[in-house]
Amino acid sequence: MKKPYQKPTIVKLQIGTLREQKSALAQRVRFEIDGVPVKDLLQKFGSPLFVFSEKRLREQFRYAKRLFETHYPRVEFSWSYKTNYLDAICRIFHQEGATAEVVSEFEYEKARRLGVPGEKIIFNGPYKPRTILKKAVEEGARIHVDSMDEILDLEEIAKELERKISIGIRLNLDTGIYPRWDRFGFNLESGEALQVVQRIAAGGQLEIVGLHCHQGTFILEPAAYGRAAEKLLGFAQKLEEAFGWTIEYLDLGGGFPSRNRLKGLYLPPEVAVPPLSEYAESIAKALLSNLNSRDYPLLILESGRALVDEAGFLITTVQAVKRLPDGRRAYVLDAGVNLLFTAFWYHFRVDLGEEVLGPPEPSVLYGPLCMNIDVVEEAVNLPPLSRGVPLVLSPVGAYNVTQWMQFITYRPRVILITEKGEAEVIREAETLEDLVRLERVPAHLR
Amino acid sequence: MKLNRLAISEEGFIFDPETGNSYTVNETGLKVLKALRAGQSPSEIAEALSEEFEISVPEALRDVEEFLESLKRFRLWEES
Ligand SMILES: Cc1ncc(COP(=O)(O)O)c(C=O)c1O
Repeated sequence: MKKPYQKPTIVKLQIGTLREQKSALAQRVRFEIDGVPVKDLLQKFGSPLFVFSEKRLREQFRYAKRLFETHYPRVEFSWSYKTNYLDAICRIFHQEGATAEVVSEFEYEKARRLGVPGEKIIFNGPYKPRTILKKAVEEGARIHVDSMDEILDLEEIAKELERKISIGIRLNLDTGIYPRWDRFGFNLESGEALQVVQRIAAGGQLEIVGLHCHQGTFILEPAAYGRAAEKLLGFAQKLEEAFGWTIEYLDLGGGFPSRNRLKGLYLPPEVAVPPLSEYAESIAKALLSNLNSRDYPLLILESGRALVDEAGFLITTVQAVKRLPDGRRAYVLDAGVNLLFTAFWYHFRVDLGEEVLGPPEPSVLYGPLCMNIDVVEEAVNLPPLSRGVPLVLSPVGAYNVTQWMQFITYRPRVILITEKGEAEVIREAETLEDLVRLERVPAHLR
Repeated sequence: MKLNRLAISEEGFIFDPETGNSYTVNETGLKVLKALRAGQSPSEIAEALSEEFEISVPEALRDVEEFLESLKRFRLWEES
């Protein structure tokens, strides 16, 4: 029997190298995803490959739902389509009982096409084209208004339909979180929100039944949600007294973090990211201690990232091995920032898809694009890899298969590992035909 | 030849008395280094690696060449 092989390597010793090497020896290998070998997946479906775990999706959703329900009696999760709107993923969340949270005509139509009834759709966002807005009103969607212009549109629609329309309004408020997403909706502290509400009441066409806010994404401070809940509830009580409306729901948006490593954050996510339970406690405490003998308003959460990120993996393969002029080792992968939009903000976990022996060394991971920006990871400790070695990047389930770019190359397959452990294609790889279908060549260029 | 001046320990520690730099090599790196010192050519070395380890000759040759690149970068090897 021949001995296991390691690529011959030589590493220059610098102060600290020995210690670093030791910690980096704990190199992580991931041979399988939900019991399906990475090797088999690549062989059957090609590289690169997005892989989602149905088991993880359902487990995380149920966990979050149960968690919030044990803290507060009335909770609804509304699936944030922009975070991942692949049909199969949305269907899983809808089967688990999530409604749909959409922010565009496209997302609204996609939700309807999946069979979600209008009244189970929350329509957010700064621009809702007039025709889809009217359709959404007719179908009973919950519309969350973002601007005065939209209020004017809705008043017109109310006249056309000869009925009053129930709406929610989006507020932006100070919860101690920066940057403040104050370009959406109406500001609470400045008095803008109250003014707008008075204007709505005076118009007599619209009635406010819900309040909405969304503070941002990957928010690491549970207490900010408590502050948001308290402020929304306070405002709701004010509106009920002043205008006689019933505020049926408070929607705190999304923003809960996943266990991902935000750039610039040096602690590992296991330490830096508070558990979801702290968010649930903070929200429930704020609501329960400030409710003055009214019915429990429905609490809506539009959590995206926290539900889907950790269920998604990207398998990619080393296609070339390089040395940079400064001596660093570098690899060219078959997946780059075209597929991994979130690489600009997060350091993914990089696992080896097969065992590779040898001393780890800080390495750069490049994508396949002929563009200098195509860097998946600036420095990750890896043993010497050869061409063909698979790497498994995670978590990549949030915002990548929606914000990915068709740029320079095709987008690959996406598969779902079912609860039974079967691998199903949920989005085919793009072909040249797909990409040129919408192009037209004027006659003189033919 | 520069390689002959290096102090090489059996554990794979390398010391370059000319610059004061030290290096570490792994098991196969040590073998390649010794073989180069003994005047073997990259293809001879690749064959020897392939006989002892789980690796094909072409793959081993590619790796030996990459190793030589590293030596050059550290100025431990000059093309004669
Ligand atoms: C209005 C709204 N709701 C929900 C979300 C989902 O956010 P997250 O994925 O951070 O939970 C977003 C994301 O931008 C959003 O804008």
